[in-house]
Amino acid sequence: MSESLSEIESRALRELVAASGDEALEAWRVAHLGRRSPLTLLLRGLAALPLDERKSVGAAANRLKQRLESAFEARKEELAHSLTEALAADRIDVTLPGPPLPAGRLHPTTQTLRDVLDCFVSMGFQVVEGPEVEWDRYNFEALRIPRDHPARDMWDTLWIDYERDGERPMLLRTHTSPMQVRVMEQTEPPIRVVVPGRCYRYEATDPTHEWMMVQVEGLAVDEGISLSDLKGTLTDFAHRIFGPERRTAFRCDYFPFVEPGMELRIDCFLCGGEGCRTCSRTGWIEILGAGMVHPEILQSVGYDPERYTGLAFGMGIERIAMLRHGIEDIRLLYANDLRFLAQF
Amino acid sequence: MRVPLKWLSEYVDLTLDPVELARRLTIAGAEVGEVITTGGDWSGVTVGRVVDVSRHPSADRLVLATVDVGGEQHTVVCGAPNVAAGQKVPFARVGATLIDGHTGKPTVLKPAVIRGVESAGMVCSEKELGLSDYHEGILVLADDAPVGVPLSAYLGETVFDMDLTPNRPDLLSMVGIAREVAALTGAPVREPSVQYAARGKPIKGRVEVEIADPDLCPRYVAALIEGVKIGDSPPWMQERLTAAGLRPINNVVDVTNYVMLELGQPLHAFDFTRLRKGRIVIRRARPGETLLLLDGTEQKLREGMLVIADAEVPVALAGVMGGRDSEIDEKTSTVLLESANFNGPSIRRTAAALKVRTDASLRFEKGLSPELPAIAAQRAVKLMVELCGGKAAEGIIDVYPQRRKDVRVTLTQERLHKLLGRELPTAEVRQVLNRLGFTCRWTPPNRYVVRVPHWRTDVAIADDVVEEVARVIGYDQLPTTRLRGQLPEATPQPRRTLRSKVAELLAAAGMQEVITYSLTSLEALAKVLPPEELAIHPPLRVANPLSQEHEYARTTLRASLLRTLAENVRHRVDLTALFETARVYLPRPDDLPEEMETVGAVITGRAPDRWGVPSGEPAAFYEAKAFLELLFDRLGVPAEYSADTDYAFLPGRTAAVAVDGQRVGVVGQVHPRVAAQFELEASPVAMFELNLDALLPYVAGVRHYQPFAPYPTVEEDMALIVDKDTPAARVRALIQQAPLVRSARLFDVYSGPQVPSGKKSLAFSVSYQAPDHTLTDEEVARQRERILARLRQELGAELRG
Repeated sequence: MSESLSEIESRALRELVAASGDEALEAWRVAHLGRRSPLTLLLRGLAALPLDERKSVGAAANRLKQRLESAFEARKEELAHSLTEALAADRIDVTLPGPPLPAGRLHPTTQTLRDVLDCFVSMGFQVVEGPEVEWDRYNFEALRIPRDHPARDMWDTLWIDYERDGERPMLLRTHTSPMQVRVMEQTEPPIRVVVPGRCYRYEATDPTHEWMMVQVEGLAVDEGISLSDLKGTLTDFAHRIFGPERRTAFRCDYFPFVEPGMELRIDCFLCGGEGCRTCSRTGWIEILGAGMVHPEILQSVGYDPERYTGLAFGMGIERIAMLRHGIEDIRLLYANDLRFLAQF
Repeated sequence: MRVPLKWLSEYVDLTLDPVELARRLTIAGAEVGEVITTGGDWSGVTVGRVVDVSRHPSADRLVLATVDVGGEQHTVVCGAPNVAAGQKVPFARVGATLIDGHTGKPTVLKPAVIRGVESAGMVCSEKELGLSDYHEGILVLADDAPVGVPLSAYLGETVFDMDLTPNRPDLLSMVGIAREVAALTGAPVREPSVQYAARGKPIKGRVEVEIADPDLCPRYVAALIEGVKIGDSPPWMQERLTAAGLRPINNVVDVTNYVMLELGQPLHAFDFTRLRKGRIVIRRARPGETLLLLDGTEQKLREGMLVIADAEVPVALAGVMGGRDSEIDEKTSTVLLESANFNGPSIRRTAAALKVRTDASLRFEKGLSPELPAIAAQRAVKLMVELCGGKAAEGIIDVYPQRRKDVRVTLTQERLHKLLGRELPTAEVRQVLNRLGFTCRWTPPNRYVVRVPHWRTDVAIADDVVEEVARVIGYDQLPTTRLRGQLPEATPQPRRTLRSKVAELLAAAGMQEVITYSLTSLEALAKVLPPEELAIHPPLRVANPLSQEHEYARTTLRASLLRTLAENVRHRVDLTALFETARVYLPRPDDLPEEMETVGAVITGRAPDRWGVPSGEPAAFYEAKAFLELLFDRLGVPAEYSADTDYAFLPGRTAAVAVDGQRVGVVGQVHPRVAAQFELEASPVAMFELNLDALLPYVAGVRHYQPFAPYPTVEEDMALIVDKDTPAARVRALIQQAPLVRSARLFDVYSGPQVPSGKKSLAFSVSYQAPDHTLTDEEVARQRERILARLRQELGAELRG
């Protein structure tokens, strides 16, 4: 026996105080309680001792083993506790803000436009665009709105200062509908397109009127398209954009380039249909105009109106954005005040 | 148009309550914009009879009127000039709420002593009742008004304010709306009576009508009424006209207006004695002719405008307004009544050119039925005989060279079902059409032959009839189905895709998108474009601009963006970065302009620190360029920047942006002169503008994967002394062109005492790599020497010691 039990104990306890990490602690356990530790070796060598000595030394060694084991556990506990304390001292305030990253956003009109287009793209419509400066021919004439037609009052026009044969043939398009004819002139059925774009009206601005607006036109031409399909397409749209709980209603309306014509309304979500200022006390909010493509227009682009029918619709994105976000004055949209834009 | 329901109920029974009726009409296409109820706040006002009028003891201008309100009498002080015994009047008790005649505000009537006499109420004017602004006298009710009845029961009215579509001029009348109500409810229509006894001499031989231009006047009906006594029309007629929004004038004129509102046919009454030779000629105006209109304006007539002339000169502007010289006045005794049909576009052109739009022109321009003039003339003559004390001449003059032919439309059942998306029983189709006044014959096996009533000038083809059926049964009765069938081939939209991507990238990088007006002013453009540019390529001008601020189609986004920036930085100092993707309009001779897809951006202010406090250097050239570099990197486009000059930018801090030698835009610091014009002096402003259409061909579609070599890279730094003017990009390009160089990254630029004057030091971190083996030190050293030799030779560069 090279070391006495008391020597083993004092050395082990001294070293235990010095062990201050998980690794050191483990090394200490191997050194003092492991298979090759002096204490284990001593216990293993007991058999060689005389019986009475074997009893007294064995009992003392086992007590020492227990003392070292509990000292080890206590030291482990102590170390774990001090780590927690160290971490606690290093605690951060998780409610502090992160360093600011640049905050850019798309304009609310763009955001709503994208949602609307996504909706129709998922129904198989393709997005196409057309010119903002248009010929009278496409904006009006080809849509069955000749010069001196009373329906021209529905689209007060900004004319381009350019004359040909004593007339002004060029204008800022008043709606996206001219693309109906342009698309049909260039392609054959089946057609399914939506046309987003800026439109312009000769109109004084007020809380509900802007002279520049973004519209989306829709056109589908194929065999067998009916008013029921138009209703279904627009109902899906209304539910996608305004929520599945909205009720839709269709009323007859007039646009020279469709027959029959209709208007889509949804029940007013502000008053729940009771009647309020937003819905002019009717309980219904007008969303868009639509109808079946007029057979004379199909004829004029060389389609057989007996074979093909088409549906068309047109909507103002600002109005939809206003309804979705609760914006009460359309002029806020293009005033571009960052205090407004930063809210979306 | 305003439709008083009491008047409407003369032609059709109204079985639905007004709100429900309004809803049904609206759904079927005749939109009721507003349901207006008058008389709801007339509590305390009853119909009274003036039993006595006596002088006020101490005021000349006032009288004492005793009013019987059914069992009780009240004496009130009254200042109205028209009060007289025997009249039926609206009488307000103390406590009633009336509109104050002077302030226009609702006021509760209090007991009053006026010049020493107690007044126990009030006899009311139209203004006090809120009916109109008329306050010159009391409202005199019809003789048959029931005394003692609350005024709201007698005079209270519900009026539909209609928002009608331009295809339905037939609805601009009580009978027209009645027909619509009849179709929706099944109640029969009661057409007004046109029967009258002609007691005068024949009209023939005394009046001569000639239509010289039948293309603009398909029909002209004239009737003559002699011995009329001009006076007020009866109260019931005045009440109806007032409720419909017209001001009563005199009995003859009121009859013409009444019949216009009743049947939709505008009429005109001439003082016959003013018409030379009893002749009426409908012709185009001659050069130099003028006409003094009823509204007092003297109009120079243009050639082509249709006029009604007598034997010599124009006496009326056809379908628009009558002339002052032949106007009905209190001395008129013989009336020539005109009831005609005019060409819609011609009337619209004339009214628009002279800026005189009237109830008549707004009806004629929409195309009225040529069958109407005879019916309306007879109706008006009947009323004039009854109400103006005249004798109708026997017969009418009716010039109608080309009679209208009935419109017949054939609608197959297949077409009807195909358009509606459902089947309908023939009986239901026929019932709907018959109620609308169509006659509908079912011709087995599959077609409806439909005769269109004359007043429905908007119905011409089968699909028009389909709409009639659909709107009356209600669109809610149609199924709701999804589109089926083959989808068209998808065609890529690269232009739109690029614009969307650019907007997304810039927003993600921290810029705020704005949408600004496409129209601007020449002054705004002149701030950012050189004068010669504007002179050579003038922007498109709007002929009828809303304001000078929005007169020209913009050819650049710069002015709009700088202005928007200026408006925003007034209340902020932190980093503000705005962009817009929009088109600019470049005129082309005799064609639509080129609409160039453009992105522009402006940046100013200081970036925020950890706490959001603006700090650091104000953003300028490099901050703007950083956005562009990110943009081009993500688009997969290698962009080149070279020093350039531009009118709106500060020289020395401006770069042309090019791809493959093709210029696509500009980036730089805004010239202080330009910034000052937008009141943006506080901090430097950087800006870029790119032509996306020019960029489009270079945008990488799908990028190819480059395998990374498995052999280690060798990194080393290389500091070079070059002339101050040598662009760093050229040095870097030369290094990168060398074989085995994987990349060269600039990490320091220095000029100062450590380098010779006129020189600068550029430090690059160069990374070498071979694709097929591990580089040796010797290989790297050899390559470095070659690079240095080339830099020395081409740029005079020296390795910094």
